[in-house]
Amino acid sequence: MTAAETETPLSAPLDVGFDYTRSVGPVLGRFVNALRERRVLGVRGDDGRVHVPPVEYDPATARALTEFTDVADEGTVESWSWVAEPLDGQPLRRPFAWALIRLDGADTSLLHAVDAGSPAGIRTGMRVRARWADEPVGHIRDIVCFVSTESPPGDPAPAPAPPPVADRAEGDPVSTVITPIHLNFLHSASPEESRYLRGLAEGKLLGQRCPACGKVYVPPRGACPTDGVPTTDEVELPDTGTVTTFCIVNVPFLGQRLKPPYVAAYILLDGADIAFLHLVLGCEASEVRMGLRVRASWKPREQFSTTLENIAHFEPTGEPDAPYESFAHHL
Amino acid sequence: MAKQLAAVLGTGQTHHRAKRTDVSMPGLLREAVDRALADAQVDWPEIDAVVLGKAPDMFEGVMMPELFLADALGANGKPLLRVHTAGSVGGSTALVAASLIQAGVHRKVLTVAFEKQSESNAMWALSILPPFQMPVGAGAGGYFAPHVRSYLRRSGAPEHVGAIVAAKDRRNGALNPFAHLRQPDITVESVRASQMLWDPIRYDETCPSSDGACAMVLGDESSGDAVEGGAAWIHATAMRTEPTTFAGRDQVNPQAGRDAAAALWKEAGITDPLSQVDTAEIYVPFSWFEPMWLENLGFMAEGEGWKLTEAGETALGGRLPVNPSGGVLSSNPIGASGMLRFSEAAKQVMGRAGDYQVDGARTALGHAYGGGSQYFSMWVVGSAKPGS
Repeated sequence: MTAAETETPLSAPLDVGFDYTRSVGPVLGRFVNALRERRVLGVRGDDGRVHVPPVEYDPATARALTEFTDVADEGTVESWSWVAEPLDGQPLRRPFAWALIRLDGADTSLLHAVDAGSPAGIRTGMRVRARWADEPVGHIRDIVCFVSTESPPGDPAPAPAPPPVADRAEGDPVSTVITPIHLNFLHSASPEESRYLRGLAEGKLLGQRCPACGKVYVPPRGACPTDGVPTTDEVELPDTGTVTTFCIVNVPFLGQRLKPPYVAAYILLDGADIAFLHLVLGCEASEVRMGLRVRASWKPREQFSTTLENIAHFEPTGEPDAPYESFAHHL
Repeated sequence: MAKQLAAVLGTGQTHHRAKRTDVSMPGLLREAVDRALADAQVDWPEIDAVVLGKAPDMFEGVMMPELFLADALGANGKPLLRVHTAGSVGGSTALVAASLIQAGVHRKVLTVAFEKQSESNAMWALSILPPFQMPVGAGAGGYFAPHVRSYLRRSGAPEHVGAIVAAKDRRNGALNPFAHLRQPDITVESVRASQMLWDPIRYDETCPSSDGACAMVLGDESSGDAVEGGAAWIHATAMRTEPTTFAGRDQVNPQAGRDAAAALWKEAGITDPLSQVDTAEIYVPFSWFEPMWLENLGFMAEGEGWKLTEAGETALGGRLPVNPSGGVLSSNPIGASGMLRFSEAAKQVMGRAGDYQVDGARTALGHAYGGGSQYFSMWVVGSAKPGS
């Protein structure tokens, strides 16, 4: 058993989020703009059924649908599921039911929240009515939730903040809704990458050699991508190398962590058979060239952690450039 | 058992724009689908199956969009497949659809690809940084720019060739009523004067970010025979893949692309692509990929692709017009970009390319690549049936 197999792989959070914009188009556009007036709209399908929410195209014939009709904001629970621990972003912050609700006048059911207190407060066949937001904005959440018509909760559930609203000219209908989406992962490195990252925390660059082709990979992969065999032979590499190729990033973009302009270069460490991307500083961007010899500039040791960011950047060593032939097969 | 003959019966696409906020995602697809059905003179009941393609779900933030698009795609009660191979997906989606006909499983298949880039930000989505990494990624341009530099060094191509490609494709785009960028007055000089974004790639040498969709109706031999004015017959198809990185990988002229092209020409019975192919729609998101792919596809020897471009032979009227529609440099709804290449090749051999029709085009290439140049898909279509 190798050391890599006995050490716990490293993990860290990876949070990804974006406020996606949805252009609603002519059909859902009619629906959300009616919600702003506290009306619920359906659309009549080719078979006469009324779909709520309206669908743009008939599910059976695929024809575009255009015959809108008002339905009630009261209806019947057709099925439900209890949410004992609501998540961020869900309609209510206290336990609630997700329910399929067939509104009076509709032939299909709408998925929405029912504020029912406990599972004992909801049943299939129960009559419910919409609880409207104080200030509708043109969004499905203009209906905060549904409540029982016979025994509505004595203390209405506090609603989360209203959804973000897209900019639009005064008097224009809602044509875009904003849908914030957040994904929260726990990202785990492989055992081999974890060993390499722990090496970085000690200021070492650890690679692995493939026993079949002899190529040295840094970071190590665990298996050679060419031969498919485990790469268990560890190699410590120096922190000097050659710029094989590079680009100068002049363009700013959302989520960028470095301020442009910067040189993103493929660095081929001496003794390695594959280059990785890093920064080159210590000279003008215009002086960076293919074949430039570079050395790692490490951050102060007390700032080290398990990341390649321990190397702040690479900078020229002052040696003559590596001949093109020495790295041409790494392009 | 031999493959069954398959043909393109009709094509359709949206008006590509930076933001198609006038339509929903289903509405965007239907604009292309309705045009393809009309072009093919085919109605919904005749469609046996639907094959949908798009690039990463992060681009619109909709997981498995094929599920909510089923109504708009008329897929109720029919097989619906979704394909994903990054930027090449429009091409591989068309090839999956073609294979359903070539296998004799279906007679008519609708295939659609799309991207609604304005719902998100592709540069952000392509630069998400997992923990422990160095934050040097800078979207697709940042990924490909170093490899373009390698091509320049390796081939010795003069610096202005990239600008020749960009000016040519944008002027071609001005002939295409569906193109996102239509710039009839662009010049090599104005491209060279534009801002350097990811040195050595300039602003005007970079594809736009577009909302758009593309659709095709593919059919079997009897369906192809019935097309007025002639169908586009599928003569050969090829797909190949390779890992993004491995020691000694050729990032400029990837093996998977060379292998796919070799298999494609062999199946099509083409021994001299430059002489035997009348026009090519090649996936060129950054200008320098025209000469790079001319070499990878075997139109020109290694290191010589730029000479065909510099001589003007890839312009309309040249020996091999490349991207007469304006290409990816004029419209880039990512997931649809590959299918647009495939459908524009079909339009050429059907004689339906309008103002950018290549005179007498009988044989055309459609090509797409994706990921870090790791997925390749391509087809050859012809005005005549294979072997005739």
